[in-house]
Amino acid sequence: MVNIQVDGKWVQVPKGTRAIEAVSKHGTFVPHYCYHPKLSSPGNCRMCLIEMGSPKMGPDRKPILGAEGYPETSWIPRPQICCATDVAEGMAYRSHSPLIDECRKGVMEFLLINHPLDCTICDQAGECHLQEFSVEFGQADSRFLEEKVKKPKKVDLGPRIVLDDERCIMCSRCIRFTQEIAHDDALGFTQRGSHTVLTAYPGRPFANNYSLNTVDLCPVGALTSKDFRFKMRVWFLKQTSSVCTSCSTGCNTTIGSRENIVYRQTPRENNEVNSEWMCDHGRLNFHFLQDEMRLTEPLARQADGSRKPVPMKRAVEEAAAQLHQFKPDEIAVIASARMTNEELYLAGKLIRTLGVTMFDILPRPQPADGILVSADGNPNTHGARLMKVASDDPGRYLPIIARKVNEGAIKALICLGEDATACGVNPDVLATLPCVISLAILPNMTTAAATVLLPGAGFTEKRGSMINGKGRLQRLNRAVEIPAGAGDDWEILRDLIAALGGGNGIYTIEELFKQIAVDAPALAGLSLSKIGDLGLDLKDKLSP
Amino acid sequence: MSAPIHWLWSIVVDLYTTWGFIMVPLSKTIVLVIVVLIIVAYSSLAERKVSAFIQDRIGPNRVGLPLTLLGFKKDLRIGGLAQPLVDGVKFLLKEDLTPAHVNKFYYWLAPALAVAPALLSIAVVPFGSTLTLFGTSYKMVVADVNIGFLYVFAITSISVYGIVIAGWSSNSKYPFFGGVRSSAQMISYELSMGLSLVPVLLIIGNLNLSGIIEYQAKNGWMALPFSNLAFGMHENGPWPWVSGFRPREMLLWIPMLISFVIFTVSIFAETNRAPFDLPESEQELVAGYHTEYSSMKFALFFLGEYAAMITGCALIATLFLGGWQVPVPSVDFHSLHDWTFALITRTGADGNIWGLFNIVCFFGKVIALILFFMFVRWTVPRFRYDQLMKLGWVVFFELALANIVITAIILAFVPA
Amino acid sequence: MAITVQRPNLSLAERSYLPAIFTGLSITLGHLWRMMRGKTHVTMQYPEQKWDSHLPEHYRGVPALVTDDYGRERCVSCQLCEFICPPQAITITPGELGENDPFAKVEKFPQEFKIDMIRCIYCGLCEEVCPEQAIYLMKEYAVTGTTRAEMVHDKKKLYEIGGLKTGLVDKWDANK
Repeated sequence: MVNIQVDGKWVQVPKGTRAIEAVSKHGTFVPHYCYHPKLSSPGNCRMCLIEMGSPKMGPDRKPILGAEGYPETSWIPRPQICCATDVAEGMAYRSHSPLIDECRKGVMEFLLINHPLDCTICDQAGECHLQEFSVEFGQADSRFLEEKVKKPKKVDLGPRIVLDDERCIMCSRCIRFTQEIAHDDALGFTQRGSHTVLTAYPGRPFANNYSLNTVDLCPVGALTSKDFRFKMRVWFLKQTSSVCTSCSTGCNTTIGSRENIVYRQTPRENNEVNSEWMCDHGRLNFHFLQDEMRLTEPLARQADGSRKPVPMKRAVEEAAAQLHQFKPDEIAVIASARMTNEELYLAGKLIRTLGVTMFDILPRPQPADGILVSADGNPNTHGARLMKVASDDPGRYLPIIARKVNEGAIKALICLGEDATACGVNPDVLATLPCVISLAILPNMTTAAATVLLPGAGFTEKRGSMINGKGRLQRLNRAVEIPAGAGDDWEILRDLIAALGGGNGIYTIEELFKQIAVDAPALAGLSLSKIGDLGLDLKDKLSP
Repeated sequence: MSAPIHWLWSIVVDLYTTWGFIMVPLSKTIVLVIVVLIIVAYSSLAERKVSAFIQDRIGPNRVGLPLTLLGFKKDLRIGGLAQPLVDGVKFLLKEDLTPAHVNKFYYWLAPALAVAPALLSIAVVPFGSTLTLFGTSYKMVVADVNIGFLYVFAITSISVYGIVIAGWSSNSKYPFFGGVRSSAQMISYELSMGLSLVPVLLIIGNLNLSGIIEYQAKNGWMALPFSNLAFGMHENGPWPWVSGFRPREMLLWIPMLISFVIFTVSIFAETNRAPFDLPESEQELVAGYHTEYSSMKFALFFLGEYAAMITGCALIATLFLGGWQVPVPSVDFHSLHDWTFALITRTGADGNIWGLFNIVCFFGKVIALILFFMFVRWTVPRFRYDQLMKLGWVVFFELALANIVITAIILAFVPA
Repeated sequence: MAITVQRPNLSLAERSYLPAIFTGLSITLGHLWRMMRGKTHVTMQYPEQKWDSHLPEHYRGVPALVTDDYGRERCVSCQLCEFICPPQAITITPGELGENDPFAKVEKFPQEFKIDMIRCIYCGLCEEVCPEQAIYLMKEYAVTGTTRAEMVHDKKKLYEIGGLKTGLVDKWDANK
């Protein structure tokens, strides 16, 4: 710990702290553009200018101590940037003084000289640091009478990014991110002075899987997401803390939705999981829930072989009635490690109520990229194991199930969120199977062959918990309502178990989690609300 | 006349000659009810127009003949004369709501009870002298009963039930207040109304309303004893003479005027018209006894109120203003020394033209009185409840009693 | 302390109400008579006669979108009006202008702009908040319709009402 003086007050901060962090924490907030705690500090925006001073030294090269026992300060006669220096013993900082206020005003004026002031069409408006700081530190009118510098607008940087160079303030955050985090040195500045422009390397698109993080990093509206561009103003978006379900990393996210439509997904800081980043694939992987093909009508096969829309309650009864016709060894269950713990728990209960011995989940191995993308494409493999829906080697039984189905030994198939053909079941056999119960979101071969189709909910529409690849229990929250006609997966499963004679008595997801906490020792003593927004580490409690 | 029409006509004549005892009162009733209902409809328009004009507004002026429906360019407005028609249609088409908390039977009965008495009592009021049809002379009154007077009082005292039952069965506080106020008010004023007419009966000595009119035709109106005036000069006589100017009639004018005022004011009170509209005073009681009513049931109360007003005006006209009778000046000039000027009564006996003239006169008086009722309504503010009771019990009751005594004294001591 | 109100001493005639009634009747009948002769002019016959020429400069009628001197639709669908609208009457679907559009520099335009006139309270906040001088409250006020759908003004209708407005700031000039 070192002693420093912030705005006339002596405090202790850990050694190695950046001066900007120490001053922001103990003094007042220091405005900044280029500085980002997760990136290196180039000190090129000059917004974080403050006054600094070092201890006054006596002739004996020892600090001269003042009345309180602290060294007296000799102030540096000009402002300093505080983002590029670490604190040192006896240093003094002033985050507010007439000089500093003037400096900030001057820097803001410089930054805005060539800014196009097109906030009305800028996607950043509402979460733009330029707007915020110019309200707080800038001045209302411009003294600039000359022509503004023309720069390229609407530059197609890559498949997901559009750049407006006129809005860019040369903070270089995006460049540093691509170098330091994404390890894809694709961006850089060219030209000089006020003609400096940000460009991608010629002939090479800015297309890495982390490119959209630069949109979040950009303190102004220079980098915008093609996916979100002009779709909705940010101040309309309802923010829901959730978790990405595209791989087992489980990046923490914020879902931005308005009037039951999800518009974007952004990473949420969690230093145990994803820092402040997430991959582009996971970020954009929510559009399928708003697809036109979305299943929203429960179907049940009638006596004449045709499928007719029925209410969800009737469909569940129909499923139970169909399952009753088969012996336990004629039934197989294919569950999904994309389901939440709660759903998997009920899936396990369903398996044991039916007495089924053939059940498994579909594994999704994929190449890991060493940054965030994990080798397991399923977000909740740990959960599936914990709920005894999968073995330690997930997918081991799938070939057996597929063979038995194809041979006709298994006549009834329950597919919870997975497509049986992806597990090796012959599509022709599937189409003629006497009983296929499918819980799904989008149509596939299995839903086409389903004798009872139960449309379920997507990850933005439900509450529940998942355990990521590193054994961290995290929580999903509901951002939008389930489409009319579809149902919440855990409620469908609960009703199905009840219709099969398994009993229930669970009416809320909280009650369900409490019951899981009783049955699964790893979750003992927990509840949904105790998980918190940042999750809980269960690594030690989970069996290897 | 072609053969089929002739044949139809003969059937009509046949009906009237053989079934006259039913057909004649029936047709008189139908015609009378239709005329009264038309007057009711147009009084509602007149009320709105009069109130509008008094308040410097325009009033309904839009509804006319919808000529655009027939392909013309513009509708014919005719000053909103079709307003009562569309009002009626609106009332018929509105949702007829019966609140859950009411006493259903009485709730449905009350509107009927509000209309029926008003229409019933007009049956005995002569609305014309006589008309001659197929050689038979018919009296222009539906029921020429000898106790017409008592009948009218009997029926009007029933009219309070419509309001009281409406107020009570609505099972809601404002209608209840309205009903209570109304019953108290009507019972109070019925008394002075009845007593104010005793002097009239003392003078005429006849309960038959036709008889009352005949008496007025002969002796001058109760409220205007000069209406049978006649004067002139005879060649033989030395002085000009005046007839109809008799001291006893002149003296009786005073009690008759008192009776007239008390009776008229009591009719105001009996029909719940301003300034005696406490049962439905909007500012205090929402709409009084018919607050809970809607659609046609509400319209029936509305209709009943106006029908009662027409009946009341008809009674005032009959009792004090000579009924259907209007004196016609008749000058007989021979020379400066031989002339007469007389106000004489023409009746149906002088020809059907005069019979029709009498009918027109009757309804003319009724309409004039209705207009007077309206002027008063839009001029005089509502009485306070204690003022209302004081006026009824302290002023009119005593005045009417005294009036009987005065009339009796005049009749006993002043020679005819 | 009780206050004793001095009651006026009324004469017998006054207490009989009759003089007051007749005075009142003369007043009301006087008005009636003047009206019948057409001497009083108070009421305006609304749809035929209108007061439009007397509307004040700041009159707030129906909100509408305007185009400027160059025929450019002013609205860039920043959705501030949608945000500020107290009864949430405005719904905007933003869109992106194509490269070939003569005003491609503006980039953004409203694909659909709907104002639910059943909800609109004519407060004028949309006009006040608009950074593009695109939405104005016109002097038009007679908005009627026979269905709810008819009362929702779409973009076409809004431009029809708003028309062209001259003298607006041209901040999207390509040379600026």
